Amino acid sequence: MKKIINNPHDVVPEMIDGMVRSYPQIVNLINNTYAVVRSDQESMKGKVGVISGGGSGHEPTHAGFVGKGMLSAAVAGQVFTSPTPDQIYEAIKAVDQGNGVFMIVKNYSGDVMNFDMAKDLADADGIKVKSIVVDDDIAVENSLYTQGRRGVAGTLFMHKCIGAAADQGASLDELESLAKEILPHINTIAVALSAATVPEVGKPGFTLAEDEIEFGVGIHSEPGYKKEKMMSSKELVSELIGKLDNSLHLESNKQYAMLVNGMGATPLMEQFIFTKDTLDKLGEKNITPAFMKVGNLMTSIDMAGISLTLFELADKKWLDYLNYPVKTIAWS
Amino acid sequence: MINVTKAQEWLKIFAQKIDENADKLSQLDEPIGDADHGNNMNRGMQAVVESFDKENDPDLSTVFRDTAMALISKVGGASGPLYGTAFLEMSKKAKETSDLGELLQTALEGIEKRGNSKPGQKTLIDVWDPVVKAVKNNSLDEKTIDAAVESTKSMLATIGRASYLGDRSIGHIDPGAASSGVLFKSMIEAGIK
Repeated sequence: MKKIINNPHDVVPEMIDGMVRSYPQIVNLINNTYAVVRSDQESMKGKVGVISGGGSGHEPTHAGFVGKGMLSAAVAGQVFTSPTPDQIYEAIKAVDQGNGVFMIVKNYSGDVMNFDMAKDLADADGIKVKSIVVDDDIAVENSLYTQGRRGVAGTLFMHKCIGAAADQGASLDELESLAKEILPHINTIAVALSAATVPEVGKPGFTLAEDEIEFGVGIHSEPGYKKEKMMSSKELVSELIGKLDNSLHLESNKQYAMLVNGMGATPLMEQFIFTKDTLDKLGEKNITPAFMKVGNLMTSIDMAGISLTLFELADKKWLDYLNYPVKTIAWS
Repeated sequence: MINVTKAQEWLKIFAQKIDENADKLSQLDEPIGDADHGNNMNRGMQAVVESFDKENDPDLSTVFRDTAMALISKVGGASGPLYGTAFLEMSKKAKETSDLGELLQTALEGIEKRGNSKPGQKTLIDVWDPVVKAVKNNSLDEKTIDAAVESTKSMLATIGRASYLGDRSIGHIDPGAASSGVLFKSMIEAGIK
């Protein structure tokens, strides 16, 4: 393992420390936690707080999306491990303005349980908390043996829409209805070329042969739905768009937002080639996305690979939310 | 029946055994999870033992509450909230009763609710469920515990991260079931029945 770190045990606090000292005008550390909160607290007055979080290793998710117009705070757990309820609760307290707090949680059992416990702690203290569990990964949807789909890169569209609506003064109940309406329209599918190395483990989470790839992996290198020989960008796009088409039923009279997400070790050069091929493929169906984003946004440390998210914009307002101005480290 | 001294002795023995078995528990976690269950539990149980030194003359409810809070804040993952919920529920129940069967029953119900899970899904519940029944029948022994832990080996995981492996989860003991086995053996060793 070759990484620019000190002690593997210290990667999370040292990363957060570096981040808040790099962008003090955008985020501050919440004392005694690995959670960050918006620096411009005045502009949160009277609004519902929006928080998210999860294991570290997905940078710039989640702290990179904290700021005016998006998240009010984000909580980081250990690498690939959910944050603990006491930390989440500190973030809830830091952003509550008396109108409640909305939590955006990814569908992983540890995340769901820890955020639930934090909600219980807040309930006991009279803070109103509601949440949505995002499950956008269609790779495992047909399996009989899972607790549903995982929450992956499409979660960022949820952060963006809910954050924009909250900044415009939506109530806690309105945010909950909006999140429920949006959720089924966000679908993601991924392909991995190599696995991530967790610093404390010191070796890759799985091995693929030099010429092998795995379709449908999650953001912690969890297994996908099939292994294949390496193929061209065009062929990768065909496979992934095929899966998304099965699930979302792509049609030229509908509007879509698209997110091409690098998993950490895939260069932007490859991401833009993949994006070009995706736009060509969608073009065959007479679809031009109304909103696009390309980059390393929901990473998996140093995993090589890419995920493709399509978000069917069933309501015109959703596109406005995506275009709503924000001030964060990583979404511009 | 259980009292403060016995409860603390139980949890201290558990902490000691978790420390000795941390690597083994993490190895169990490697094929079906992310190989950190032993280390996570060890971090939590060291904090539990430290919490005992901070209280003067605690009651049973306080001992369980401190245990829950230490586990919740230090373990993380899915094990933190599951074990944390168990002890939090026992803390509430300990205000009315010190009957072991009733305390463990309420803990089990808390785990099932928190994890949205039931017996047969290859989790720690597959140890807690038969142990609670045995405690109520006054028939708990080490054999019952070992058999319960072993029973998870042939099960298919249908919940939690191991469930993403489908059939590949079969043939491995569930790490949470294994640590729960250690918890209940420690209970017997502390003379609690």
